[in-house]
Amino acid sequence: MERIIFYVLAVIMIVFAIASVTSRKMLRSVIYLLFVLCGIAGIYFLIDYNFLAAIQLTVYAGGIIVLIIFSVLLVHHIEMELEIAKISKQILTSIACLLGLGLFLTTIYSYEFKVVENTLTTTTSDIGAALLSYGAGGFILPFEVISVLLLAAMIGAIIIAKGKKLTDKKDEIV
Amino acid sequence: MIPGISIYEILTVTSILFFIGLYGFITRKNLISILISIELILNASVINFVVINKYLYPDMLQGVVFSLFIIAVAAAETALAVSIIIGLYRQISSVEVKEIETMKH
Repeated sequence: MERIIFYVLAVIMIVFAIASVTSRKMLRSVIYLLFVLCGIAGIYFLIDYNFLAAIQLTVYAGGIIVLIIFSVLLVHHIEMELEIAKISKQILTSIACLLGLGLFLTTIYSYEFKVVENTLTTTTSDIGAALLSYGAGGFILPFEVISVLLLAAMIGAIIIAKGKKLTDKKDEIV
Repeated sequence: MIPGISIYEILTVTSILFFIGLYGFITRKNLISILISIELILNASVINFVVINKYLYPDMLQGVVFSLFIIAVAAAETALAVSIIIGLYRQISSVEVKEIETMKH
């Protein structure tokens, strides 16, 4: 059963990823990306990381996709078609990507992974305890650094997005 | 771990996703499309973190915690990129890569 679900998810993800990078309509390509992200959340559910799947659905599918759709609607006409790269460039790039993919796959398949058979379930409280613990294996410092980074990114985004008015006002004062 | 699925199959899928993202990153000529490709690449690497954590070191949490951090950084990066794109559109009324020269200097 899990095999079938995994293969269906893999096919959905790959097909919609290709559609997302080749579609000529901007909004459609964003919606295809949404399907890919939902497929990734499905994989997290399959390997029993429910918390991570919920994060993926809320932050990516709920937040980032909406943000990108906003920017598309602010910047483009909906019916506008994107210009595509030259055919020669497309072919060259796809050959290079296929070569790189072949290199990756030969490296992966020639390495002997020491897989540990397990059916452990990670609960949300485990992740929370690991994030907030001071001892060995704790992540309190990166957790705080990420919170400061998010605050800085928020302030930076606000200032960049309405930068002109702010600087004008400053000039008047000076 | 997923019953009946080996780590090789999952790593194959994530490698394919990564290179699709790379293809889009190189061939697209629009800033928002490039942002979408970056999201694909980041997501492929996040699945790798999680899967290797689950299959090779199931009693640890490092992979999960790092993927949380990657998701947070990706969200911050997207917010900044969108604000830059909107500011750029206000100045030069375009988001095509070849017309963006005002930020060079």
